[in-house]
Amino acid sequence: MNWTWFHRFGSPPHFFRIAGKMVPWFAWLAGIAAVAGLVGGLALAPPDYQQGEGYRIIFVHVPAAVLSTMAYAVMASAAGVGLIWRMNVAHAVAASCAAVGAWFTLVALATGSLWGRPMWGTYWEWDPRLTSELVLLFLYLGYMGLRGAIDDTARADRASAVLALVGVINLPIIHYSVDWWNSLHQGHTLLKFGKASMPPSMLVPLLLMMLAFTLYFAAILLVRARGEVLRRERNARWISEAIGERP
Amino acid sequence: MMHWLNMGGYWPFVWPSYLITLFALALNIYLARRSLAAAKSEARRRAQAQRSEA
Repeated sequence: MNWTWFHRFGSPPHFFRIAGKMVPWFAWLAGIAAVAGLVGGLALAPPDYQQGEGYRIIFVHVPAAVLSTMAYAVMASAAGVGLIWRMNVAHAVAASCAAVGAWFTLVALATGSLWGRPMWGTYWEWDPRLTSELVLLFLYLGYMGLRGAIDDTARADRASAVLALVGVINLPIIHYSVDWWNSLHQGHTLLKFGKASMPPSMLVPLLLMMLAFTLYFAAILLVRARGEVLRRERNARWISEAIGERP
Repeated sequence: MMHWLNMGGYWPFVWPSYLITLFALALNIYLARRSLAAAKSEARRRAQAQRSEA
């Protein structure tokens, strides 16, 4: 297998240039998918036979919850790559994931809480799914706190990478918590026994919103990572050319 | 329209969920752009300082 692309992407000037070209594409596609998903979810999808119109929170809650774990998986993978291959760009990507992931987690918790009040009769319950999602928020905050506490970037990269990798254990706990324990939280949203758990009129807008959130995450991550790469490479000669300043 | 906004009586839960999400997404765009702009501005300042030293 040819790994040239992998090593080229690990080159800071190459990453900075390619990421800059990719951001507008991700952002526009995210906007288009979000508009289509919102129209489908808020106007075209029928009410749920049990939850009525209240279920429409699903179109923001589920994408935020999925992205909260996806962002952590990307962060831990990038941290692992940075740790093993000593790739500076990978550490920059990992560091850029944390804040966005923490926001997705906070949104998932807040919208889940607002959904729980009319359906369960409470804003919060120490349920396995909710508790493990809260632990995810603390992992993000811990990761950012650890990075902020260490002045030396290389040491901060290594220490936070280890924390990110240890925290991966929480991802299967979040995913399977509704299977492993008795839970107030509903089961898997997309698939149940290998089949779609909702009709296409609800599933399509939900998938569009998940696509929109994923593309949004990619765009925000790349913008943050470009800034992080600039800060890390501040003494490199390619910087002047990349930002339009003649050396 | 009012019927749609009412969300079957669930509007106090549905619309705040969308507003919180919109706020978080907009804030993240602002923070990411500000972070990149600050890094670029710092890099420009360094480049200009190096040029004047040379």
